[in-house]
Amino acid sequence: MAPDLRVRLGNTELPNPVLTASGCASSGRELAQFIDVSKIGAVVTKSVMLAPRAGRPTPRMAETSSGMLNSIGLQGPGIDAFLQRDLPWLLSRGARAVVSIAGSTVDEYAELAARISDAAGVTALEVNISCPNVEHRGQVFACDPVDAGAVIEAVRARTRHDLPVFAKLSPDVTDIVAIARSCVSAGADGLSMINTLLGMAIDTETMRPALAGLTGGLSGPAIRPIAVRCIWQVRAALPDVPIIGMGGVMTGTDALELMLAGASMVSIGTAIFHDPSACTRILRELDEELARRGIGRVGQVIGAAHEIRGAVGPRIER
Amino acid sequence: MTASEHETESGPMQVRGTVLTVRQVDAYHAITIVAPGIAARFKPGQFVAVAVGGPDTSMLLRRAFSIHDVRPDHGGTVEFVFAADGRGTRWLAQRRARDLLDLAGPLGRPFPVPRDPVSCLLVGGGYGSAPLFALADRLRERRCSVDFLLGAASGDKVFGALTARRTGRSATITTVDGSLGVRGIVTDMLGQAIHEARTDVIYACGPMPMLRQVTALARRYDIPVQVAVEEAMACGVGVCMTCVLPVVGSDGITRMVRSCVDGPVFRGEQVRWDDVGTIPFDALGAPGWEPKVRRVPAAGHQAPKRADTSGGPVGSSPRASTPGSSDGASAKAETARRHGHGT
Repeated sequence: MAPDLRVRLGNTELPNPVLTASGCASSGRELAQFIDVSKIGAVVTKSVMLAPRAGRPTPRMAETSSGMLNSIGLQGPGIDAFLQRDLPWLLSRGARAVVSIAGSTVDEYAELAARISDAAGVTALEVNISCPNVEHRGQVFACDPVDAGAVIEAVRARTRHDLPVFAKLSPDVTDIVAIARSCVSAGADGLSMINTLLGMAIDTETMRPALAGLTGGLSGPAIRPIAVRCIWQVRAALPDVPIIGMGGVMTGTDALELMLAGASMVSIGTAIFHDPSACTRILRELDEELARRGIGRVGQVIGAAHEIRGAVGPRIER
Repeated sequence: MTASEHETESGPMQVRGTVLTVRQVDAYHAITIVAPGIAARFKPGQFVAVAVGGPDTSMLLRRAFSIHDVRPDHGGTVEFVFAADGRGTRWLAQRRARDLLDLAGPLGRPFPVPRDPVSCLLVGGGYGSAPLFALADRLRERRCSVDFLLGAASGDKVFGALTARRTGRSATITTVDGSLGVRGIVTDMLGQAIHEARTDVIYACGPMPMLRQVTALARRYDIPVQVAVEEAMACGVGVCMTCVLPVVGSDGITRMVRSCVDGPVFRGEQVRWDDVGTIPFDALGAPGWEPKVRRVPAAGHQAPKRADTSGGPVGSSPRASTPGSSDGASAKAETARRHGHGT
């Protein structure tokens, strides 16, 4: 019998746990040429800001071994165009929308949360806190437990009570569990992890940085072990908090690995650039992997790697 | 305007196609793949995005190549041309008949073709000429006349010189080293070619500096020009936002648009060539940009700039940028140039 892939996200039941990752699927329209966006768990839209944004200069991308660096700079149409054009299109296709928001001040995040709350049909809010905080000398919100908590608290206060708020965490921190705890105490219903890691590449022909923005976010299978470690640590510390896992998932087995570490859902990012139909392929592969193991419900594998075998449970000290 | 408006039947598709042949053509490689759906939907100027490295590849980004030709055999084949000078393109050059390749296509906005039978000049740099031959066929179907102007660093890097001579009403070849045709670069000969052919429309494909100069000269002669631009891409399908460049819309507003879905073909004068690789201060959403003050400075800024471009010493500036000569460029820069000069 085919495994039951349904998972809960807040008050919504998703048909399966495979989502797109923010920034890798735009608002779903381009991917709809290759896949049926209503068949995957949800489309997590590219982080939207209050105003239109042109982003960073080119070159914006550099391929690295089993990964890539990007420095897009959150180019986007702004919240008005998103609500008028992109979100209605996605919902008209029968897709579930998880809307990612980004801001440079706490108030911007709160304003965005209020605007999204007023729009009907959104399944969840993902708060991209890996942005520089202009009110704190450009310190990235996600790297400071107080700043991260302040954003989530403000967002939660302005978000409709039945709309789940997920905080997207950066792995570029000393103690991701501390940030996770801070977000959850501030009212986050769940956590998304991991965002890209800050990296850099230099073109040895031109002898200059490969990216116009100098540094960029590293993604792809190169970072998957870091994602597994972060998800594992947070799941161990906060076992009741749902996690959307992401970081270098290329196959159904990779998705299964993140779920075993503790993710309830898995977002597909860089794999989409390699294969525009990656989400449906990974969904099929995950289904096959579960069936092959005789697992009836996908819920059974969430965090299953934590289950104690023998006397002492595995722990990572940090 | 965007290709994303139309889906499924006319839009792109993803196929695993069987390689028919890989052959060396002078300095380049041409690969032919059985891909019926892509061949049927193809319009000249469109491209394919190809996954490289096989299963479990460490090269995650697709490489984008202009489609050179489609043929009806085996239900439909697609051919593209590339220079094997990076990790991904070397892997492609090592493919053999019956290997499988994952292609997405046809992608992007094709060359628009004129309604009336007019005189068309097709300008290509390096293997940027690859998409021009399918365009030429299409134009001749419309009873347009086709003249070619092709250039490269040396004779072996002028892709399709023979075909151009055989099929074009005229064909002018330029090489930097003088090994084929006239010594020099294509833009040296552009004025003469326009005069002799009484050109009504120019189509150009090649390195960005060439496209910029072709556009400037076309403006001087007041001839419409359609260019297929070359920008580094990661996905080719419009989701990654890597391949943007500043383009002026019909409303006069500059936007950072994706060359994969809003291009690769643009009207030459829409592209802000001086600002490629930057975010112009008056672009929609640029740092400090505000909706209220947008229009006034934008108009004041653009008018003199255009005058500079068309009135400047075009064609006499030193060549940092010889068409098709950049084959020593970094392998890292290879990722997904559309027709990959120097990649």
